[in-house]
Amino acid sequence: MNDKPISNRAWFLVVPVMVFVLFSSLIPMMTVVNYSVQDSMGQNSFFWNGSEWFRHLFDPTTDIGGRFSRALVRNLVFSGVVLLIEIPLGILVALCIPKRGWAVGAVLVSMTLPMLIPWNVVGTIWQVFARADIGLLGAALTGAGIPFNNTQDPLSAWSTIVVMDVWHWTSMVALLCYAGLKAIPDAFYQAARIDGAGRWSVFRNIELPKLRRVLIIAVLLRFMESFMIYTEPAVVTGGGPGEATSFLSLDLVKIALGQVDLGNAAALSLVYNLITLTLCWIFFTTMTQLDARGSA
Amino acid sequence: MPLDWMAWTWETAGFFAAIALALVTLTLLAAYRPEKPRRGILGFPTTRGDRFFVSLLGTAYIFIIFMCAGGEILWYPVATAILFAVAMFRLA
Repeated sequence: MNDKPISNRAWFLVVPVMVFVLFSSLIPMMTVVNYSVQDSMGQNSFFWNGSEWFRHLFDPTTDIGGRFSRALVRNLVFSGVVLLIEIPLGILVALCIPKRGWAVGAVLVSMTLPMLIPWNVVGTIWQVFARADIGLLGAALTGAGIPFNNTQDPLSAWSTIVVMDVWHWTSMVALLCYAGLKAIPDAFYQAARIDGAGRWSVFRNIELPKLRRVLIIAVLLRFMESFMIYTEPAVVTGGGPGEATSFLSLDLVKIALGQVDLGNAAALSLVYNLITLTLCWIFFTTMTQLDARGSA
Repeated sequence: MPLDWMAWTWETAGFFAAIALALVTLTLLAAYRPEKPRRGILGFPTTRGDRFFVSLLGTAYIFIIFMCAGGEILWYPVATAILFAVAMFRLA
């Protein structure tokens, strides 16, 4: 460990960026904080409301509190399911990508394609794809006798959104893992061959430990993005059936722009932001600490 | 520049002024009184800035837990948060 105090004067060089962030993020955020403690009757007139909006939010017996707690659980379950599928699947795909030859380029490019499609287009593709009457997936499932209707059955809606997210983002996990795998020196594999290690033990003792850092990045990125998911479910299910796929972001937009309920929406977005910030900080700290230990 | 649309109140303005003041103080301290990170109860090296951030984050959760438990008088979480911040700056 370096014992000298760290000189921080270079940080003054980021002042221009700070000014930009002030306009793009901090001023809107301050406005949201102001809204969260006041009530408005429109006409830009506001009344002090103290902590009432937050109390409503944390009380599951109120309308807004119930919606918030259910949407939060939904978000956490969704992120959990998505991570449980995409991380192992991404590793598996990365292990199967050829290491050399012309196939590398072809595989990598075709895997990148889903990530190049804008979110709302992904939503539209899957919305049509999953339709029980004309969509290839929906019609095929219905034809095979499997009950599937993502506009009426919550399970169908959830599976559509989860499969869509897996289709859209597993390749990102796979590409990160592939980069991690490529960085493992051949000497490790040679040593494993000499020791007569099997495929599983090579994976368990060489590849997985070496992948740890890229996996943390992959988990962080996939968690953040799945926790913020908005466009795809908004297009595919619109939060339905009922509120089965109403994630926090969808609910927030409904409250803020649908009901123009500024106080409730402001309180909700601040708590949403706080959760995201906390998780980001935990991931970031873990990552930098692992890096520091790795290089020490 | 009119700021009516931001719906300012004295309370929130004071809150942001306090945070801005703290950030400016920390920036100046970091530039002119540099420190070395130290390892405390959090298990990883922290600087003044880290301890301040953890204090603010913890404060938000102290308020949330207090309100979830149905607490009425907000001076209790204020006192708890100050104790928490002092503890963080001492021990973290």
